[in-house]
Amino acid sequence: MFPVINLGPVAVQAPGLILLISVWLAITLVERRAKQAGDTRETLSGLVFTALISGLIGARLWYAIRFLDVYLADPIGLVAFNTSAFDLTGGLLFGLAAGFIYTVRKNLPLRPTLDRLTPGAALVAVGLGLAHLAGGDAYGAPTTVPWGIFLWEATRHPAQLYEMGLAGLVLAAVWKLAPANPFPGFLFLAFIALTAAARLFLEAFRGDSVIVAGSIRQPQLAALLVLLAALWMMRQWAPRPV
Amino acid sequence: MTILLESLQNTRRWSALMLAVLGLGSLWIWLSAVSPAALNAKETESPKEGFRAPNFTLENQAGELVTLSDLRGQVVMINLWASWCLPCREEMPAIDQVYRRRAADGFVVLAVNSTVQDSEEAAVTFAESLGLTFPTLFDRDGTVSRSYQLLALPTSFFVDRRGIIREVVTGGNLSESLIESKIEALLAERGS
Repeated sequence: MFPVINLGPVAVQAPGLILLISVWLAITLVERRAKQAGDTRETLSGLVFTALISGLIGARLWYAIRFLDVYLADPIGLVAFNTSAFDLTGGLLFGLAAGFIYTVRKNLPLRPTLDRLTPGAALVAVGLGLAHLAGGDAYGAPTTVPWGIFLWEATRHPAQLYEMGLAGLVLAAVWKLAPANPFPGFLFLAFIALTAAARLFLEAFRGDSVIVAGSIRQPQLAALLVLLAALWMMRQWAPRPV
Repeated sequence: MTILLESLQNTRRWSALMLAVLGLGSLWIWLSAVSPAALNAKETESPKEGFRAPNFTLENQAGELVTLSDLRGQVVMINLWASWCLPCREEMPAIDQVYRRRAADGFVVLAVNSTVQDSEEAAVTFAESLGLTFPTLFDRDGTVSRSYQLLALPTSFFVDRRGIIREVVTGGNLSESLIESKIEALLAERGS
């Protein structure tokens, strides 16, 4: 675990830095693959940057809306440089909406565009596992397995390493499937389905699960729903037999 | 890939696959069900969100001993700082403003000076120069810095009325709005 990297007087939060590097590598990967396919790579980069910047603004605005009275009394806090005043839901909503609007305005075909972005997303998923390991987040349940790691006052499943390992396998699968993509949108849906399946499996080893209905791990329910939705969409998007 | 495409085009086969996924997924969820108590995080002391805040007893500038566990039932902000740390100095007025406004609601600030890497005199001089109204505690041997795994200054821990860490903010320049947003929900909760 290395949550903070001290560079002289500046303390850099390692998880954030790892995610930034992952996104940069993902954009580079997407651009390179698009170039190989003779695509307009500037448009894809523009899409990613538009979604990212909008996501950041949306995450801060959503957070401020949640605490409207507080931010109306101290509006300067809206632009304060602190990463703990972001809301993930707001960021995702704004990022997705901005990305969708950009796609429509640039006349990008939705399904092939999602396919082209998929290897980048799979790479970011690996980076997310590393970021979790760095920050000690998404930690495992207490265990007696010999490969357990000591974290937060207990020997625990190295859930972050499991997460990185499975994300790496998903990345490898996406890489392998990409050249033989059977129809537009398949690669994206396959990534969503595999990632959801990985989460469904791995959540069983997590020590920080949100529990509902007495003993059910809530993220597993969400993952199963997403997995089934991805499989259903696959059937809808697949070409009909002639 | 051909088999996959054929399966996708066969409604009955794909529906069977989805049913199998639903069945196996549900079985796995049932097998991996766990009671919140078994995860046990809340009973363990650790400087991480979801765990009990490591307890400590430190002396304040008036020479009185302050024990964290005695403050159970109140919302506590533990701010680890040093007088030479610029972001620590810059955020102190905002912390003090919020403390003055919300102390009556049960908000407590413990400004733990990392005295092991600072001087007690410099810390007191700084606190007095700003007229800070919350207590400054002295971590003279670094025990609290170690138990809270201090890696960067300032670091703030927001502890709820039950003594559970709900948020850790590493790095400085906390604004009044940020502090208010972190404690608003905690102050609204009932203690136990």
